[in-house]
Amino acid sequence: MPSVSMTINGKQVAGEVEERTLLVDFIREDQRLTGTHVGCDTSQCGACVIHVNGEAVKACTMLAVQANNSEITTIEGLANGDDLHPMQEAFRDNHGLQCGFCTPGMIMSAVALAKRNSAPSEAEVRHYLEGNLCRCTGYHNIVKSVMAGARAMT
Amino acid sequence: MYNFKYQVASSAEDATSKINASDEGKLLAGGMTLLPTMKQRLAMPSDLIDLSGASLTGITASEKTVSIGAMTTHDTVANSKEVSTAIPALAKLAGGIGDPAVRNRGTIGGSIANNDPAADYPAAVLGLGATVITNRRSISGDDFFKGMFETALEEDEVIVKVDFPTPLTASYVKFPNPASRYAIVGVFVAKTISGVRVAVTGAGACVFRATEMEAALTKDFSPAALNDSSISEDGLNADIHASAEYRAHLVGVMARRAVAACE
Repeated sequence: MPSVSMTINGKQVAGEVEERTLLVDFIREDQRLTGTHVGCDTSQCGACVIHVNGEAVKACTMLAVQANNSEITTIEGLANGDDLHPMQEAFRDNHGLQCGFCTPGMIMSAVALAKRNSAPSEAEVRHYLEGNLCRCTGYHNIVKSVMAGARAMT
Repeated sequence: MYNFKYQVASSAEDATSKINASDEGKLLAGGMTLLPTMKQRLAMPSDLIDLSGASLTGITASEKTVSIGAMTTHDTVANSKEVSTAIPALAKLAGGIGDPAVRNRGTIGGSIANNDPAADYPAAVLGLGATVITNRRSISGDDFFKGMFETALEEDEVIVKVDFPTPLTASYVKFPNPASRYAIVGVFVAKTISGVRVAVTGAGACVFRATEMEAALTKDFSPAALNDSSISEDGLNADIHASAEYRAHLVGVMARRAVAACE
């Protein structure tokens, strides 16, 4: 089996994987980082969004071997110890989650957006979150959270 | 997903030799279509030859041509100053594919090699009269798309880049499926020095040129010029999202909107 090594949340990790192992499975099953969720497994829902070399990608649609030697950030890598990341804080303050299943992906997409656009409009947030689905349909507060979080990140 | 052997190609030539040495190998670009297809076990390649290390990315623009490397992502094209300046319609098209995470991985080469009937990029390649450069030859956009998921590419041929001639004006308008963002119908209209071109995606088995509309727009490049031209529904796609009749209607609407956006 091929071996892969990558940096996840600042920590160097390595492992042996089957070629067909999805990156999300390597993160959840091998690395036991279960904050990254699998919602649909068909690239639609965005619950599995992580950052690979700083870019938001769907971890269910990338092979672990494709991430060899890359820098990965998952939802677990955002907080600084007990201090939540400003985007996480904004989701808490604005009640940006109901059941919470989509939240890790929402926050990782939101952080990627905020890095490009520090003051996104409501329309820009809604457009950027096109690939993140919330089955509780709590989009209104999610959008409010993302706008507040982006401002707080500057 | 069935298992396979994974290999990284160091160049387009290396990819060709690795494909030839494999049993039933497939090239892997961004994987935004191939990996989901493999997850559903609709494809079972013996080998995946990853092109990410083959130095096929990058955009160069001259006065007459915008050249986009096959492994350039949709996000890079959407945010490229060169593309936005020379062919804004192309940057806009790339920015409307899938969603942000998909655009960060999906590539122009992967999109046109796959030739999904509802993909956006084929409309730009055909609509602008682009040339597809492989590691073997140049293929005109008019000869590249052969049918549903079928192209002029040989099994072991690798797209290196796509050269888009700069049009006088161009626009792409699509009616996206609200869930997948794939085009139910998308129309690319371009006014070029060699004439007007209208390419339609999503409506048929494969992207095609609407020649009757091109003729009407050559006489009078205005939305109203298309009021009397219609597309026959014969042979158009029909599924749960839209009937053939509705798609034929949408072609006219999208074409008029695209022409209006050109003015």
